Amino acid sequence: MSNKMEIKNFSFTYKKAKAPSLHQVTLPIKANKVTAIIGPSGCGKSTLLRSMNRIHDLYPGNKYEGEILLYHEEKQPQNILDIKKENEFIELRQKVGMVFQKPTPFPMSIFDNIAYGLRLTGLKNRYKLHEQVEKALRDVALWDEVKDRLHDDARGLSGGQQQRLCIARVIALKPDVLLFDEPTSALDPLSTLAIEEMIFELKKNYTITIVTHNMQQASRVSEYTAFMYLGNLVEYDTTETIFIRPNKKQTEDYITGKFG
Amino acid sequence: MRLWVNKVAIILSTATALLGLLFLGWILFTLVIKGVSSLSPYIFTHDLINNGIRNLLWGQFVLAGLASIIGIPVGILAGIYLQEYGNHTRYANFIRDLSDVMMSAPSIVVGTFIYAVIVVPVGHTNGWAGIAALFVMMLPIVVRTTDDMLSLVPIELREAGIAIGAPKYHVIFHIILKAAKVGIMTGLILAFARIMGETAPLLYTSGSSIYMSSGLSETYPSMTVSIYNLATMPSEELVGLAWAAALILTLVVLVLNLLGRFLIKDKRL
Repeated sequence: MSNKMEIKNFSFTYKKAKAPSLHQVTLPIKANKVTAIIGPSGCGKSTLLRSMNRIHDLYPGNKYEGEILLYHEEKQPQNILDIKKENEFIELRQKVGMVFQKPTPFPMSIFDNIAYGLRLTGLKNRYKLHEQVEKALRDVALWDEVKDRLHDDARGLSGGQQQRLCIARVIALKPDVLLFDEPTSALDPLSTLAIEEMIFELKKNYTITIVTHNMQQASRVSEYTAFMYLGNLVEYDTTETIFIRPNKKQTEDYITGKFG
Repeated sequence: MRLWVNKVAIILSTATALLGLLFLGWILFTLVIKGVSSLSPYIFTHDLINNGIRNLLWGQFVLAGLASIIGIPVGILAGIYLQEYGNHTRYANFIRDLSDVMMSAPSIVVGTFIYAVIVVPVGHTNGWAGIAALFVMMLPIVVRTTDDMLSLVPIELREAGIAIGAPKYHVIFHIILKAAKVGIMTGLILAFARIMGETAPLLYTSGSSIYMSSGLSETYPSMTVSIYNLATMPSEELVGLAWAAALILTLVVLVLNLLGRFLIKDKRL
């Protein structure tokens, strides 16, 4: 089982914070598997996820320590914490895509929402653009719902559709890794189900990391689970082990709902 | 007792709201009554020298229009800087506070300032000085509107743009500005309406002329300034013309404001 990413002794300190928000986290992200990160609010799970595509760097002044390795197929693994140049950041973010908690459709048509990222990569050919937009929308099972109104404003879609659109927008760029930051916490149960089914399909082609508050969701969609608490990684194992016979008392207490 | 207080509050607030409306209605009523009799196609086709207001209307639009052509891009770019690049830095906060102060600066002060730095060196009132004064009036409004409207765009939208590998400037110009478009447009219309109706900044910068303009480096026709001048004339006819001009100006500003309102409503789509 190969690793797609590897987080090694990673510590993260927000700008002007006295203490780090993440302490010495070490965690593999297995290729073509779903890794869930769970833990109570403020445990650092989103902070960790947002380090994996360096979206934190939108706000300068934060401190990274340790390593986050990204494995490439042909190249040597790259420590993404070394990235300093704008074009390298852009490359990283196209390889490691991210879906947010709240659906964030861009203020443009459904078609343009997906084409936006593709055009950034230099794709101009209209025929190819259309082909890839269609493929991305099919991958998230949205095509049939929107094919007749591709040029309508994307903000007119329902919440669940918007979130699938945002996922399509990311996978249109063919990333290696998908990061989901509580992707269903703003959605109703049916839309949640649709997203979870989609994650199940997507892992054939992508490596997925999902941060979730919902433990049932973690147990449903993931093969590996990391439990975090107060900025520390408490336990990482297969999802089965974490949920059925965790090694640490703290994990068990959280899973069984004794705290959190 | 609480019910009673509630009733008093409702009555008081309704009454004061009506009082405000009463004055608005009164102003409009007076304007219509006094202005309408002097309204005729004739005044739109003749300049002030021939007892028309064609040159004044044109002059006012040119002054406000050119001030907007310069003020809008500068103001929007400054607003983008404040919200997207310099946000929360000391420098940006300083500029933001300064804009607020400028916005509430008495317009006559702006007029005096431009008079001192442009009109006095040139030696006579001129169109450019009027444009400069309106520009100074307009700039802080555009800056703060852009700044405020951009601040309403959710931070997630910026992150989402960055997260699919877009450079920051691209996110700002293709996503964030589009998201804030309606709000900014509304602000621009209101800012334009505001300078359309200004008198004090033009009083001794552009001055006003009874002729169609012979160029912006000369004294330039201005509707507001002429209304001020005509209103004190002994001739009944000229005073009537001032009323007509005031009515037209009010209608223009009213329409612009309603247009702004209309855009705001459209936003809740």
